[in-house]
Amino acid sequence: MPSTAGRPFHSILIIGSGPIIIGQACEFDYSGAQACKALRREGYRVILVNSNPATIMTDPELADVTYIEPLTVEILEKIIARERPDALLPTVGGQTGLNLAMALAAAGVLERYGVRMLGASIAAIEVAESREHFRQAMLSAGIPVPQGRTVSAVDEALAFAAEIGYPVLVRPSFTMGGSGGGIAHDAAGLRAVAEGGLRASPMGQVLIEQSVLGWKEYELEVMRDGAGNFVVVCSIENLDAMGVHTGDSITVAPAMTLTDREYQRLRDLARQVMDVVGIQTGGSNVQFAVDPATGRPLVIEMNPRVSRSSALASKATGFPIAKIAALVAVGRNLDEIPNDITRQTPASFEPSLDYVVVKIPRFAFEKFRGVDPTLGPQMKSVGEVMAIGDTFAAALNKALRGLEIGLDGFGPRPGRAPWDRAEGLDAAIPLLEMPLPPFAPLPDRLQAVAEALAAGATEADVAAASSYDPWFVAELAALIDLQRRLAGQGLDTLSEELLREAKQAGLSDRQIGRLCGGNAEAEAAVRELRKALGIRPVFRRVDTCAAEFEAFTPYLYSAYVPPAWRAGNDAAPEADRSPLDQDEAQPGRRSKVMVLGGGPNRIGQGIEFDYCCVHACQALSALGHETIMVNCNPETVSTDYDTADRLYFEPLTVEDVLAICDLEQPDGVLVQFGGQTPLNLARALEAAGVPIWGTSPETIDLAEDRERFGALLRRLDIPQPEAGIAHTLAEAEGIAARIGYPVLVRPSYVLGGRAMAIVFGQGDLDGYLREAAAAAPGKPILVDAYLEDAVEVDVDALCDGERVVIGGVMQHIEEAGVHSGDSAMVLPPYRTSAYHLGVIRDYTEQIGLALGVRGLMNVQYAVKDDVVHVLEVNPRCSRTAPFISKATGLPLARVAAEIAAGRSLAQIGVLAEPVVDGFFVKEAVLPFDKMPGASVELGPEMRSTGEVMGHASHFGHAFAKAALAAGQALPTSGTVLLTVNDFDKGAAAKIARDLHKAGFSLMATAGTADWLERVGLPVARINKVSEGSPHVADAIAGGQVQLVISTPLGRTAFADGQAIRRAAVAHRVLLLTTLSAAMASVTGIRALQAKELTVRSLQEHYRLSGGR
Amino acid sequence: MSVKDLAYLALADGTLFPGRPLGACGRRTGEAVFNTSMTGYQEILTDPSYCRQIVIMTAPQIGNTGLNDEDDESERIWAAGFVVRRASLSVSSWRATGSLHDGLAAQNIVGITDVDTRSLVRHLREGGAQHGAIVSDGGGAEEALALARSAPDINRMDLVGEVSCAAPYAWTAAADAAWYPGVALPAVSGAAGPHVVVYDFGVKRNTLRLLVSRGCRVTVVPARTTAEAALALGPDGVLLSNGPGDPATLGDIVTEIGRLLGRVPVFGICLGHQLLGTALGGRTYKLKFGHRGGNQPVKGPEPHVAISSQNHGYALDGADLAPDVAVTHLSLNDGSVEGIRSESRRCFSVQYHPEAAPGPHDAAGLFDTFVATVVGGATSEL
Repeated sequence: MPSTAGRPFHSILIIGSGPIIIGQACEFDYSGAQACKALRREGYRVILVNSNPATIMTDPELADVTYIEPLTVEILEKIIARERPDALLPTVGGQTGLNLAMALAAAGVLERYGVRMLGASIAAIEVAESREHFRQAMLSAGIPVPQGRTVSAVDEALAFAAEIGYPVLVRPSFTMGGSGGGIAHDAAGLRAVAEGGLRASPMGQVLIEQSVLGWKEYELEVMRDGAGNFVVVCSIENLDAMGVHTGDSITVAPAMTLTDREYQRLRDLARQVMDVVGIQTGGSNVQFAVDPATGRPLVIEMNPRVSRSSALASKATGFPIAKIAALVAVGRNLDEIPNDITRQTPASFEPSLDYVVVKIPRFAFEKFRGVDPTLGPQMKSVGEVMAIGDTFAAALNKALRGLEIGLDGFGPRPGRAPWDRAEGLDAAIPLLEMPLPPFAPLPDRLQAVAEALAAGATEADVAAASSYDPWFVAELAALIDLQRRLAGQGLDTLSEELLREAKQAGLSDRQIGRLCGGNAEAEAAVRELRKALGIRPVFRRVDTCAAEFEAFTPYLYSAYVPPAWRAGNDAAPEADRSPLDQDEAQPGRRSKVMVLGGGPNRIGQGIEFDYCCVHACQALSALGHETIMVNCNPETVSTDYDTADRLYFEPLTVEDVLAICDLEQPDGVLVQFGGQTPLNLARALEAAGVPIWGTSPETIDLAEDRERFGALLRRLDIPQPEAGIAHTLAEAEGIAARIGYPVLVRPSYVLGGRAMAIVFGQGDLDGYLREAAAAAPGKPILVDAYLEDAVEVDVDALCDGERVVIGGVMQHIEEAGVHSGDSAMVLPPYRTSAYHLGVIRDYTEQIGLALGVRGLMNVQYAVKDDVVHVLEVNPRCSRTAPFISKATGLPLARVAAEIAAGRSLAQIGVLAEPVVDGFFVKEAVLPFDKMPGASVELGPEMRSTGEVMGHASHFGHAFAKAALAAGQALPTSGTVLLTVNDFDKGAAAKIARDLHKAGFSLMATAGTADWLERVGLPVARINKVSEGSPHVADAIAGGQVQLVISTPLGRTAFADGQAIRRAAVAHRVLLLTTLSAAMASVTGIRALQAKELTVRSLQEHYRLSGGR
Repeated sequence: MSVKDLAYLALADGTLFPGRPLGACGRRTGEAVFNTSMTGYQEILTDPSYCRQIVIMTAPQIGNTGLNDEDDESERIWAAGFVVRRASLSVSSWRATGSLHDGLAAQNIVGITDVDTRSLVRHLREGGAQHGAIVSDGGGAEEALALARSAPDINRMDLVGEVSCAAPYAWTAAADAAWYPGVALPAVSGAAGPHVVVYDFGVKRNTLRLLVSRGCRVTVVPARTTAEAALALGPDGVLLSNGPGDPATLGDIVTEIGRLLGRVPVFGICLGHQLLGTALGGRTYKLKFGHRGGNQPVKGPEPHVAISSQNHGYALDGADLAPDVAVTHLSLNDGSVEGIRSESRRCFSVQYHPEAAPGPHDAAGLFDTFVATVVGGATSEL
């Protein structure tokens, strides 16, 4: 390792991006991990801070010192004081990292401890981050930006709008989340919006800005080093025009509809923007709007850091932006850094793409009832999929099927194409509304476009109605035309030529099966036909250079390409001709194991599973296997080209995975690490002869099949809640009557508690069943007894078929009924009896052995009235595996992978449950601030996007840390507002008494106040919202309340409760919706009052506790 | 697919790629070369340096922005043939005046689309440059292969003579400043500024425009203008342009260049650089498959690396250059010579294309250097 002697600094602090939230996902784990690795390789001592345990970057091997601690100025100062870093790299931890670095500077911490900023100066960050500074800087440098003016009166706004023309954007100054802003299409609209905006702005100011709605949107990912070397890593064109946040847009790389002159003009502007903002080194992202009519470009904004787009650009090009950004930040120049992929050439070049990349966001509106799904300037997607194809059409189709939302590719949704009609192709084409009304920017706009084209809308009309560039519309129309031709064929009449054309255009076997075979199940027949004709994909390398140089990195994507032939001999050239080898995969001969990833992030399946996949690769690699990763999520570490020996950037469908298996012939495939996505493929892969390692698909099925699993538990004499399976409302009512209300109901075969609900009486059941039928049509409904006031316990355990070793036992903070993914958890359990824990451990062992699990499994228990019930078993890596691994130092996913590879727990040396030193609390992070209108109480449907960890010797401190890290800092003084339902009033009185003793003032609405007064507590009364101002929401808005405890009652959501909870979310007042969380919070508050928080690194923790 | 829809690209070594016709239907031979630029196919097609070459684009979707009236780099398409992965179905650009297909057809250029260009490029990268043929008139694979094997070697042809202008002419059009944000170009005063004589070995219009934009009065002269005739025009500087073919076949021109040296500042670009280098004692050699693209890193005395536009199949060997000649620029990809300079003889040249078109503008400052040399009589600020 190089020495840092003689360099101006030796140790570097890296701030991570914290929990996964909308707009900031695992791309920052990818970038942070890259930065850590690169800087350590350079010899620097790296100190890492991140609150998110489910990250690769917080693996203790990645940094010299790793702190999983809340990302706040106070905590960071403690860490800086202990570690005394020489420098801080603020640009790889997303907006969180950047903001925290700025706050540390503003608080004088950096100066106090002599920490210098690398990459971007404070002044430069300020210019880039402040809209007004940025505007002024651009204007003074003559760089075109949208016209705008800050005004403080409606008349001024009207006058300026008249000058620049409508529509205009109204952006109030100093309000959060764009509230009070909007778009005005005419003077009347502007009057209304501007009045609202001026009222909303505490400064009484709004920015009136030229609207570029509908303009073409481009991004350039650029990189610069200290010597002034500047390269554009990637250009990105948005299919969705200006108006939809780029994170919510379908994007394409490279730009498809720019001439060289236009592209070079953007490149020159991007370079100027870097200069003017003053970014000395690192990666930045510059966004442009281009007028489609005149080509005129405007600079919209720039991000002076590694971003979501730069992660995408890294994956799209093979140019590792975060790694290079870290290296140039410490003074290396681009021409001194080799290109990993070509080895021969330096990083001071611009990648050339000979393929097309498409990214599509994934949304979760179905989980947030009441939220407007219209896409706009605020990002709402929770994940994304990327696909690489040799044409736009092929990439788009791949991306759509990789999205896992039931689409087989681009086209009308089933039943919505003219050719889907029973009458056949001659049927009248459905009437199109003329002129075509604009397609609203909804998540399914692309499908609506497909349906309009299929119904006969012209390309010009569709382009006008969608704001898609006409070039894209033409490509889409060609796909529709192809489908129309296919729909006229049966599988028996389908010509080889047409089948080849369809595959080259990226249509899936499934899609072709639906069009030609009548249904999606004809997929297998299409595949057989295709293979018989020798129509197979080839695999190509992402090489950064369009094949100009040899690529040494097997980062691969599939393509169906036209054939090519090698020379025959001169005598019989035709006869002797042989196919040219068009495949670049060059599979190895070592024993190889394929790990299937989790696809796009979604609620319920995110970074935790990617973490498990990465660990599986690491473990298998250490055992000497060649590792093969298959995934299509560009945000992840698993899709970094140096995570596995070989990376296939492909959708996780049976067809795509089988194509890779056909080529690679892996010795084993792991389906248990990437969440539900690969599990769903397990059966079909096994049926096709693919060797599945680890827990068998049969066992997976057994655990998922309620009846079979119920029978197993009965045989083992292990209790589970009473339950039944209903196919009709009458059946459901019968089961509920037998079990007794409340009952927990959900459709079978869904993920993350989708459409799961607690039903309190027969009246609710009917409405619920209608919803469940919509979420999972045709699936039976599971009706379970709901164990009220039960304590839930999660266990992760390893099993090799002979032995079970518990990885960790976690107690939920929230009571049963809150989805395990949304509940806070504590390891070890802090309020479960040793007796119950003994029973839980015993059951876990019995179940693991009975199922024959070979790897990791997760069991959920509910303890009620001294009975331990099994709620469910997931014989795969769990969401909690990274959390436990971080807390105990036992890398569960790695051990699970070793078991899958045939090693026993004894061979691995894992024989006993690890001892946990202190308390570790995992807290969920919910996206309610990004989903205005959503109900905010927790329930059985998972809605959190991320998690944080807090650890300390005492539960109270650990809980307080987790709350702080989740952005829910516990107050240590002030007023608590209580408004609880009748069932909770008894328990609430105890909590109120504790808070009163801790020095808090109590405030309550009438019912709760009566109860508190009855037990002798002083309480201030406040009106309910329905009783008129001043009411509870006013008090919250007015800053009179520091903590809200508000418990709802089932689905009978009172308008009042909703208003209180929304006010708390809007004004960032800590809101607790369960009494169990309130009790834990009280413990945390008392701990904070007794002693301030301290920090400890993971390495130190393991050293002291003897872990690792 | 009917026979008429089939086209073939054949290489001299017998490799065969089927595809579909693009542009004119017919048969063409030429040297098969690939370009990795992701934009700028119109500029590439009309760059005279591609004379008699079959140009393969690595970017998969070509023709998306059609053709327009501004982006031609000469009066016609010079490429003999054009090979793309997927020609665009439509045209989308506010400047477009027609489609790629129509533009090729109108100039009788034979193209082929739906070719596995990546495999083709990998094959050329491994096997080196070679000749090939496109047959898109319904002819079969064997005909294409036979044609490729018998293709005349373009590098023995007088390509410079083919592309150069017949008679001297004045060029007055400047670059449109709207395409060069952030560059303060002097007010155009071509009549009063320095007089630059441009040897047209296949000059691109943007070279001329960038000179005019810097206040130069520009006279373009045919490739075989003698030094005496050029000097008789009273130039303050001479620019040796880019162009096609093997520089080793242009000994007569090298001799004339030798006569210019020391008498007037000289700036060479691409072929002009190779010829200048030869006049300064160097030798040229053929690269395995050339440098063609818009992402080529070049390191020079400037503080930073230029991402350059390149298009050359031959390179200058720095070994035998006269002692007063310094190698100023190197390719960071393969270490080949990218620029030379002789202060005593007031000349310098670069292998890459500061005029870009297509490509990044990083090296445009070389025109300023040249103008400063012409005006100030020194090259030391290089």
